[in-house]
Amino acid sequence: MSAFDQAAADAKPRLSRLEAAWVIARRDFVAVLFSRAFLFFLLGPLFPVLIGGIAGSIGKSVSQQTVSVQVGIAMSEADSAAMMAASDNLRPQLGSFLPRLTNVPEAHGNPDFDAREYMEARRGNYAAILTGTIEQPELVGTERQVGRWSGPVQMLAAETRANAGTDFPQVTTQIVASSAAAERTSRVRTAQAAQMVLFLLTILLGGMVLSNLAEEKGNKIIEILAAALPMDAVFMGKLFAMLAVSFVGIIVWGTFGWAFWAVAEDAIVTVTQTNYRDLPGPAVGWPVFISLGVIYFSMAYLLLGSLFLTIGAMASTVREVQTMSMPVTMLQIMVFFLSAANIGQTGTPMELTSVIFPLSSPFAMIARAAIEETLWTHAAALAWQAFAVLVLVKGGSMLFRKRVMKSGSGGRAKKRRFWQRRSDTAQPAE
Amino acid sequence: MDMAVKDHTLVSNDSDIAIGETDADPRPLAIEARGLVKRFDGTLAVSGVDLAVPEGAIYGILGPNGAGKTTTLRMLLGIIDPDEGVRRVFGYDQPHDIGRLIGYLPEERGLYPAMKCIEAIAFMGALRGLPLAEGRRRGKELLERHDLAHAADRQIRQLSKGMAQTVQLLGTLVHSPRLVVLDEPFSGLDAINQGKLERMIRALADDGVTVIFSTHVIHHAERLCEGVAIIAGGKVPYAGSVEAARDRIPAQVRLETRAREGGWTAALPNDARREGDFFYFSLPETGIEPLLRDLIEGEAGILSLSIERAGLHDAFVHIAGEAAARQLEADQSGAAS
Repeated sequence: MSAFDQAAADAKPRLSRLEAAWVIARRDFVAVLFSRAFLFFLLGPLFPVLIGGIAGSIGKSVSQQTVSVQVGIAMSEADSAAMMAASDNLRPQLGSFLPRLTNVPEAHGNPDFDAREYMEARRGNYAAILTGTIEQPELVGTERQVGRWSGPVQMLAAETRANAGTDFPQVTTQIVASSAAAERTSRVRTAQAAQMVLFLLTILLGGMVLSNLAEEKGNKIIEILAAALPMDAVFMGKLFAMLAVSFVGIIVWGTFGWAFWAVAEDAIVTVTQTNYRDLPGPAVGWPVFISLGVIYFSMAYLLLGSLFLTIGAMASTVREVQTMSMPVTMLQIMVFFLSAANIGQTGTPMELTSVIFPLSSPFAMIARAAIEETLWTHAAALAWQAFAVLVLVKGGSMLFRKRVMKSGSGGRAKKRRFWQRRSDTAQPAE
Repeated sequence: MDMAVKDHTLVSNDSDIAIGETDADPRPLAIEARGLVKRFDGTLAVSGVDLAVPEGAIYGILGPNGAGKTTTLRMLLGIIDPDEGVRRVFGYDQPHDIGRLIGYLPEERGLYPAMKCIEAIAFMGALRGLPLAEGRRRGKELLERHDLAHAADRQIRQLSKGMAQTVQLLGTLVHSPRLVVLDEPFSGLDAINQGKLERMIRALADDGVTVIFSTHVIHHAERLCEGVAIIAGGKVPYAGSVEAARDRIPAQVRLETRAREGGWTAALPNDARREGDFFYFSLPETGIEPLLRDLIEGEAGILSLSIERAGLHDAFVHIAGEAAARQLEADQSGAAS
């Protein structure tokens, strides 16, 4: 007996479930991570973001160039100067409600300047042109622009006629961080954003699990795995491998996202009409909230993944996988809506339902983390979700052993009507 | 079903089933199964299978396609659980508890196509508890021993079917199992590789490894096995030694005489039949000597006389029936083509 054989003989007769899961997880993780397909998978979501960002910034630039808020002045030199001064005086109070005034060069020293003809000839880049005098100002432009700027021009003219600038009394202000109502309302935004991110990541990444076992059935490897290791350990190993792969994806996308934010923050804020820096802080604080987000994502992924894994194990082709996964995806969307609809309604029957139902629980609880400060509920929810993962994995592996590992039918259950199921006649099985 | 054991042979005698060591064969059992039953959606796939495989034996599961061989092996390995009956592998009810001691080559060969050969072997060892580094070292040795060292770093998808099959077999053996289960190991192999596999199986048995394999090719079982289980229609009408199976059929006697007729013909057994110049009949229970005496005294003029022991094929026909034998032959010719 060689030294190896002796060592083998002395070794314990089987791997523990944890060791078995590790063997599977290690292989799957390395195999997926170093496959070309994963590279495309990583790059996939970056393209729309990149294209959206570029399109947004281009759109913003074009918009700034094309949508003019300048109103040209074709008045006497004194009136023009008075209007400009009035505009400067009122701008601190009225800001963008006032048009930007600029002299029309073509009108300077030209008593025959015809503003209407000028505008109809589509010359210059003015929203409208102001002519006449301060007492009788005349605004020339399209109906929409004239409607928009008539009021502000009237104000400017009135300010000009007042001769001395209006004296605005100083308003004393006292700033409070937030009111209770405002804080709760604003935290709902954080809860919604977190739920949406969690949902998108789960749906986007959960699909990877789907075809995993179907492929292994196609490769005929599954029987080797099933013979060597308990099936629930195989399931668990595959789930955690895919979860680890998902975290790699999230880290890569997160890094790209951060880089993109760093270079195009203004464009993102403009395009999305949201300043993410102003997103209200969650009730449990950002560090705990982010930690809970990672854990709840893991739970949501494991819960959905264990269902997808079972489906993938039952199906024999990728097409079957896709067909069978549709109800689960729809269910996932429904539970997301259930959680989303009950944000901020802590303790109501519907909210509690979304907390207790395993598939919606991570989404409901991340929303709670944004709004409520209580922490023990998260410990309880995580324990419950972990239990649900174990039950689903165990159930899936039992179903797999019971229904899939048949021979003679390509691993697929032969459909039998209920009245045919009690025949004990020996049938070919191999 | 009532069975009893003689030298690890299960014999129906309307008494309780008993499987275990006997005085004649003191070896402990690697596998024992009693009354294994498996139904799929109410369809009875395997019905009351009993097996007793002693340690160190080469044992064949013989039967036509669809007889229940793979289902039986899967139950023995714990891939599926029987609906009824018990199975024990090295005394353990749950084969996964001793996964380290078992190697399994399924009928449908499977490897990760993108994996390198050496990694595939190491991975299969890791599934059985062998550290990856040790698996690679052992895999390299095995590949060299089987003239496949050049393929160590090639991906499985780049190998021929025969080479891939060999790599998988090496992966089955890399962790030095004490029990090797091979499901239809000869299918898909050419004659040269079949010969190599037979030698490999004998070498394993020489090292004390128990080898159990299923096949629908009787010659492999006849050449290799000391024991066989014949499966037909999900049942095991016979499980025991090859010799005992052959002994189920009396030896056949072929007699050629100078005289065509005479009083000596009355001495021939009742089942004697004439075909051309020859008489064929079963060897009488009393042996050949009394018959020879009668033929000589009756002046039959013996030109030739031969006694042929029944082969495993004849035993299979006798035990499993003509229909199963015809299906087996059809499977064999199908596999050959």
